[in-house]
Amino acid sequence: MTRITAWRRHPLARYAVLILALALVGMVYAAFVQAGKPADAALAAGKVDDVAAGRSLFEKHCMSCHGTNAQGTTTAPTLIGVGAAAVDFQMSTGRMPAGAPGPQAPRKPLPEWVNEEKIRQISAYVQSLGGGPQVPGHEQVDPKLGDAAKGGELFRANCIQCHNWAGAGGALTQGKYAPNLNESTPTQIYEAMVTGPQAMPVFNDTTITPEEKRSMIAYITQVREQRDPGGFGLGRIGPVTEGLVAWVVGIAALCLAAIWITAKKRQKS
Amino acid sequence: MSDLKAVPKAIAGPSNFLDERLGGANALKRNLRKIFPDHWSFLLGEIALYSFVILLLTGTFLTLWFKPSMMEIAYDGSYAPLKGVMMSEAYASSLEISFDVRGGLLIRQMHHWAALLFVAGMMVHMLRVFFTGAYRKPREINWIIGILLLTLALAEGLTGYSLPDDLLSGAGLRITEGVAISLPIVGTYITFFLFGGEYPGEDVISRFYSLHILLIPGILLALVTAHMVLMWVQKHTQMPGKGRTNKNVVGAPFYPAFMAKAGAYFLFTLAVVAGLATFAQINPIWLFGPYTPADISAGSQPDWYMGFLEGSLRLMPPWEINLFGTAQAGTLPLSVIIPALLPLGIIMTGLALYPFLERWVTGDNREHHVADRPRNNPHRTSIGMSAITFYGVLWLLGANDEIAANFHISLNWTTYAGRVLIFVAPALAYLITYRVCLGLQRSDQAIISHGVESGVIKRLPHGEFIEVHTPPSEDIEAHMRGKEAVPMLPVAEDPSGIPPKGMRGPVGKLRGRMSKAYGGEKIPLDDGHGHGHEEEHAAIGTGSGSGDDDRSITH
Repeated sequence: MTRITAWRRHPLARYAVLILALALVGMVYAAFVQAGKPADAALAAGKVDDVAAGRSLFEKHCMSCHGTNAQGTTTAPTLIGVGAAAVDFQMSTGRMPAGAPGPQAPRKPLPEWVNEEKIRQISAYVQSLGGGPQVPGHEQVDPKLGDAAKGGELFRANCIQCHNWAGAGGALTQGKYAPNLNESTPTQIYEAMVTGPQAMPVFNDTTITPEEKRSMIAYITQVREQRDPGGFGLGRIGPVTEGLVAWVVGIAALCLAAIWITAKKRQKS
Repeated sequence: MSDLKAVPKAIAGPSNFLDERLGGANALKRNLRKIFPDHWSFLLGEIALYSFVILLLTGTFLTLWFKPSMMEIAYDGSYAPLKGVMMSEAYASSLEISFDVRGGLLIRQMHHWAALLFVAGMMVHMLRVFFTGAYRKPREINWIIGILLLTLALAEGLTGYSLPDDLLSGAGLRITEGVAISLPIVGTYITFFLFGGEYPGEDVISRFYSLHILLIPGILLALVTAHMVLMWVQKHTQMPGKGRTNKNVVGAPFYPAFMAKAGAYFLFTLAVVAGLATFAQINPIWLFGPYTPADISAGSQPDWYMGFLEGSLRLMPPWEINLFGTAQAGTLPLSVIIPALLPLGIIMTGLALYPFLERWVTGDNREHHVADRPRNNPHRTSIGMSAITFYGVLWLLGANDEIAANFHISLNWTTYAGRVLIFVAPALAYLITYRVCLGLQRSDQAIISHGVESGVIKRLPHGEFIEVHTPPSEDIEAHMRGKEAVPMLPVAEDPSGIPPKGMRGPVGKLRGRMSKAYGGEKIPLDDGHGHGHEEEHAAIGTGSGSGDDDRSITH
């Protein structure tokens, strides 16, 4: 037997082939996913009156679902009174304009035409329709000005039943879900609280004061930036991944060790 | 040279002293030469044993700092996001262990990982014993001890999970309370007794602490000892193979071979536990926050070994019975009682009774020291796989929120699917396993009666191509020939159509029918139809001089 034949017939060869095949499939998949992502391109825009510009953008991009005067249709809710904060939240997270219909609009990369200015213009238009919560100022959401410990208590009392203790997200009924809070900016977190997007309830300023909201933002950002002191965080979703690791890593490794310890010497053929 | 054979005085003196007083030399000599059979699956139980040792050691370390008290204090440790938050002393001291005690977090994580591996090790060990029939006479009592150990381990896990008094432990505690209070009539009494009044009270942590570090580990230790002693006295079962019978044990002596292996395996277990504890974070209680009964988090889950109970709760439709149509007269919350008690009851009672049920069905009263290969008792293997599937569906459903969130499936549909699968999947698993077992038996039969495919293609003078088969190696053949027909009761009716004694009533008839299905030889090893394929057999048996020539083609 040549050496190559011996390698091919080695008892570990089939596992090596399997691992190689899996790696190959993974890489091809990853390449496709990368290719599918649209390139980021910002559009330069001229200075115009925000409300009027917003109206024209609205006509182009939003009207087909939200109705000619943003009064809402059977497919989308009214935008009268939702406020600039709602528009800023929905558009800056990429949820609006919505893609495929589904139980819930997911966070996604912004379409090419959406930029800060366009969002501001549409926000101004929607704000002009019937008022509503405004986009918070920078100081209002600055995590450094909040009290994380106090915010943590409020976070645990109000948010974690859907968003999980570390903001890792969780499932809701009928395909809806509470998204994870890892990518949300402080402004977006604030806006979500005051506008209650999708399945989320509204936490208005009498329920949770603006200072308390800032403290909650402080807690959320502090905890998510924290390096896990105990090693890999395993998604921070608790015992499910821990149990998986105990079996897939722990028991599997110990089974391999047992097989190794009790292995008989191969007979030379 | 003779000097080398003499025992050095420094050893001989004390050994003699001890032997003359304790008389241990004989027992030691006999036991050190105890033979242990070798198979990788025989080491699985040791995962549990060594995890237990690690648990005792790390647990002792943790007790040095842990304060089992529910007294409310303001946190003043080094974890900033909780500074000044009111919490119980138990939680504060757990945080102290994690952040302010040197090595504390590592030991805490080792303790938790070892706990997960402890139960997992017990479970894989139990499955090995089940599928190889190693619970049969004379080992039924040891099997029952094993079931007790598993049950106690679950209780030990539950109490330990509750001790740090973080938000997740609280959620687990709340479910424990819910189950206890759902019991008819005694529920409220039991709950008030357990929690010292209304939930959560101020006693439960210290009570669970006593159970967790004293009572349950004490019983566990005693039972583990009994388990080991019985195993030692009854000797370990062995896989069928060359020269292995019910009357001998083929393997390596305890000293030095098996001791070295066992010692190495302890180190492996320690390495896995320490490695996991170093690289993978477990139970990050600082993220959960302190427990208050008002808070609950998405993703609240028990540790994996309680997952099947969680799953059965999530699966259950919301049935409840109000006695006399009013809640005043009492409510029977079937939605809690059934999922909390039924699956646990089915699994644990089923496990405990199985050796006796099997004996009742097969009428097999002999001692067994040679293990069955799982395929050779297809009904037992199918029942086992069916039970694993039942458990697995419940277990999976215990994580249905994470499955729904991470794989974008509707949460409702996971529940609906689970409600169907819990009945359908075990039945399917049974059928499939049964067919697979028979298929594997047929493959054994083919190897015994036709030989192994050699990979050599031969062209016969008249143009036909055949593959040359070679006889299996001695070891493999002996391993396969270790097969024994599953015993059966004498069920045949006499000429006048009357079944034998004991098989007449409805129970007897059922027993007879079950015995007929369960027992007997389904696929005999030597099927006796090998003579029709002489060409294929060219290399098998005597007088096939061409066999060696054929084999030489490959080289």
